[in-house]
This record gives sequence, C-alpha cells and structure tokens, in this order.
Amino acid sequence: MLIKKAADIASSEITSKSLYLNRRKFLAGSAALGAAALAGVGVHSLASPPLVEANAKIDGLQKSPFSTTENVTPFKDVASYNNYYEFSTDKYEPASLARNFKTRPWTVKIDGLVKKKLELDVDSIMKMAAPEERIYRHRCVEGWSIVVPWVGFSLSELIKRAEPLGKAKFVEFTTLYDPGQMPGQRRDVLRWPYVEGLRMDEAMHPLALLCFGMYGEVLPNQNGAPLRIVLPWKYGFKSAKAIVRVRFVENQPVNTWQQSAPQEYGFYSNVNPNVDHPRWSQARERRLGEFGKRPTLMFNGYDQVAGLYSGMDLRKNY
Amino acid sequence: MLRAAKVVVFLLCLGPLAHLGWLAYRGELGANPIEVITHSTGDWTLIFLLLVLSVTPLRKLLRQPWLVSFRRMLGLYAFFYGTLHLMTYVWLDKFFSWHEMLADIAKRRFITMGVTAFLLMVPLALTSTRGWIRRLGGRRWQWLHRLVYVSALAGVIHYIWLVKADLRPPLQYAAVLTLLLAYRLVAWLWPRRHAGGRSLATLPGSRESSG
Repeated sequence: MLIKKAADIASSEITSKSLYLNRRKFLAGSAALGAAALAGVGVHSLASPPLVEANAKIDGLQKSPFSTTENVTPFKDVASYNNYYEFSTDKYEPASLARNFKTRPWTVKIDGLVKKKLELDVDSIMKMAAPEERIYRHRCVEGWSIVVPWVGFSLSELIKRAEPLGKAKFVEFTTLYDPGQMPGQRRDVLRWPYVEGLRMDEAMHPLALLCFGMYGEVLPNQNGAPLRIVLPWKYGFKSAKAIVRVRFVENQPVNTWQQSAPQEYGFYSNVNPNVDHPRWSQARERRLGEFGKRPTLMFNGYDQVAGLYSGMDLRKNY
Repeated sequence: MLRAAKVVVFLLCLGPLAHLGWLAYRGELGANPIEVITHSTGDWTLIFLLLVLSVTPLRKLLRQPWLVSFRRMLGLYAFFYGTLHLMTYVWLDKFFSWHEMLADIAKRRFITMGVTAFLLMVPLALTSTRGWIRRLGGRRWQWLHRLVYVSALAGVIHYIWLVKADLRPPLQYAAVLTLLLAYRLVAWLWPRRHAGGRSLATLPGSRESSG
C-alpha cells in the first residue's frame, strides 16, 4: 500500500484563527436570521482585534525636534487599524493577514536617474544613519488621525547616497508585489504594485522620514515593514509601505490612488482643511480615541513645508 | 405558535444591536468604534430591507403564506437600524451641526442618496399599523408601500457611491436586490404562474398559452 506524504501546506495558506472565527461568527449570525444569501456582510468589520505581538526593540534612539508633544495613540490601535489594501480592504484584517509576511531577506533597488544603480539590503539601509524617534501626527484621507512615534531617519540620507542626476525631478516608490503573501493583490481593487511619488524637494525635506520602526520597536508587518516612508504633512496613502524600489525620474509619477480616481486623489495630497474630498469634508478629523472631532490643520500642522508650495494653487494641485 | 415565533424573531432581530452593545461594553469595538457602529448599523439596515423584500418571494415560492406575518416586523427593524445609522451621522459625525448636514446633503451625492433612502422609509413606518391600512384602503396602502423598492435601491446606491475602491461589499447587496426586484418584474409580467388568473395567451413573448 502506498502511503502518500501529506502535501506541504505553506503556513500562509492555513486559514488564520481570527479569519476562521470570523467565518464562524457570521455563519452563526446569518443562520439565525435565515439570511444565508447575505452572509459575510454586516458583521464583517466586527472582527475582534487580533493580538498584536511585540517586536524587537531598536536601541539608541535619538530624540527629534520634529516630535509633537501630543498624546501618542495606543500601540494596539495603530497596529490593528491599517489601510493596507495589499492585504485587505478591511482595516482590521491586515494585522492577522500580514502575520507571516516575510521581511527578510529584503533588498531595495535604487535606479532610474542616478549615478550608480544600487541594490541595497534593508539592514544596510537601516544603518545609514542614527535612528531617531519622531512623534508625528498622521492624517488619513478618510478623516481620522493618529499620533505615532515612528523610528527612522530623514529620507534624504538615502537619497544623498543614491546620488541622483540633475535631471531627476521626482522620486517614485514601489511597494512589493507578491500576491502569494499579500492576498489583497489577488483582486484588482487597485493597480498593483502600489506606486507613490514625491517631488525631489519634498523628498529631501527633513520631515520626510524613511521609517523602519514604531514605539521603539521594529515596524509590525501590517504597518509597512520592513521599510516605508512617512510624510506627516500629506494624507496617509502617500506614505508607501514595504518599499522594494526607489526610482528617480524626470516626469511626475502617477501614484496609485490618483490612477484609481484622479478626481479624488491628486499627486500632492497635502493635508488641507480647505479642499474637500469630493465626497466628504476634510475640515475636521477624528483622532482615534477621542469622541469629538478636531479641526484639521493646514499641512497637518507642519507649516515648515509651506515653502515647498508657495505660488501653487493647492485647489488645483490637490 | 406563531405568537411564540414572533417573539423569537423579534429578539433575534435585536441581536446585531445587542452584539454591538456587548462589544462596546467589553471595549472590543476596535480602534475606531464610531466607524464600526456606523458601518454595522448601515449594513443591518440594508440586510433588513433585503429580508423584508424576500418575504413575498419566499412565501410564494415555498407556499408558506404564514411568512407574511413577519413582514411588518422586519420592515420596522429596517427602519430601526436605519434610524440608528442616521443618528451616528447626525450625532457622532456632525454633532448636530444642521448647516453642515444640509451642505452635505446638497453637495455629496452619497449623503443625498442615503437621506433619501431613510426619508422614504418614514411614511412606511408611520403607516405600518392596522389602523392605517384600514384608513388608506388595502390597494392604496400597497401602492404606498412599494416605496420600499425605491428605498432599498437608494440604500444600495448610497453604499456603492461611498466606497473608495472595493466595490465588492455593496455589489453583494446590489446582486440580492436585483434578484428580488427581478422576481417582482417576472411576477408582474407573467402573473399567471403565481396567481393562476387571466389567460396570458395574448401577451407577446408569453410561452404559456393554455391554462
């Protein structure tokens, strides 16, 4: 008798416990209502928050003058509420779906209009400069905000080492494309891979952060590990996650959300209370953990970037 | 028997609210509880609208006339969850700022559509009593209550228009609604099969010619 070895099942293919429990939850709910046809909706976003594991500590953090003194949002909120469409369009799901995401080995390709094309290991990038803790406000285009102690250093440190040519006017960031690991990429809700871009002077601004940690620890997978950017004066979607490529170009890149809905999301996407999203007002925001809404500040309160946009019509360049 | 069943269904319909209350009590509504409450009450409004629209097709297809006794309750629950959903907007999103809301309704089509869907339910809830059926007369009452089709349609469009990129959840509702409305269209075009009344032989496109 031939006994076959059980086929290997990659751990990423095993339904996670929380998914499994969700499924049970909504089956129970729909059976009770006799509405099997509607199963999966309604209770969907009520997934109980997954346990968030602690990551390795990052030592020797420098304080930053850019840090806000506002109350920091609890770690568990920042690590369980993620707009990360590569994993899921449901904000509560990336935490569990990204649990087994492989962040090593990880290389970042630096190419385009540079003197020397590079392929850098993420660990070598992290050693380019002393890590700083930067407590930034982070405003989502959807109207909520958080305060996060990110860990990283100015993006300019990486750009300087890449030695971009004079012709390079923009820099483009590409997120990993790996539908095997990122289940959200198996559906084309957006055009994959995710692409974001900055004007060169924006990217060189000291506030623009190359980030690999938060709350003194290595970045959780659902927050964009191993390497992301953080641009506190822009809506959150500009801050690309899980970056595998940094390309210097002459022409303005078309970022993914702009490509998806150009009348709603522009290239600049600076936080601006005076320019509404076509479908909702941007005048106020809900800081997670607060009941009321607070007024949204121009450039999310980072007035030091205003000079980058002097003379520009921010209504047109939204 | 039916009375007992009604009590059970009544309590089951409170389940989604109880579930929300329980999660809130345990602090398990996640990082953005208000968003969860808004989405959940919105989802359940649509679910109850679709449930109430399933009563007639199920009753006829399964030949279970007693199902109709649950229709009013399901409809009122749609109105109940719709009211909660609207309240999250009025209170937790706009904090009773009426001019902001009016500007929203005028300017943002998904809000316009959502408010329309709700307002259409108001007369239906008000005239859901036996007294009103009598006062209006069965035929007129029935005509009025066909507004529920428009309300459900507006509700689904409201959802479609508000999503950022992932249309799948609202399209699930749209699919079920299409099915339920298609049933009515078919039943209206070919009343024969269901009611067994007049001959259809004269209707163009009718395949059944004999009774």
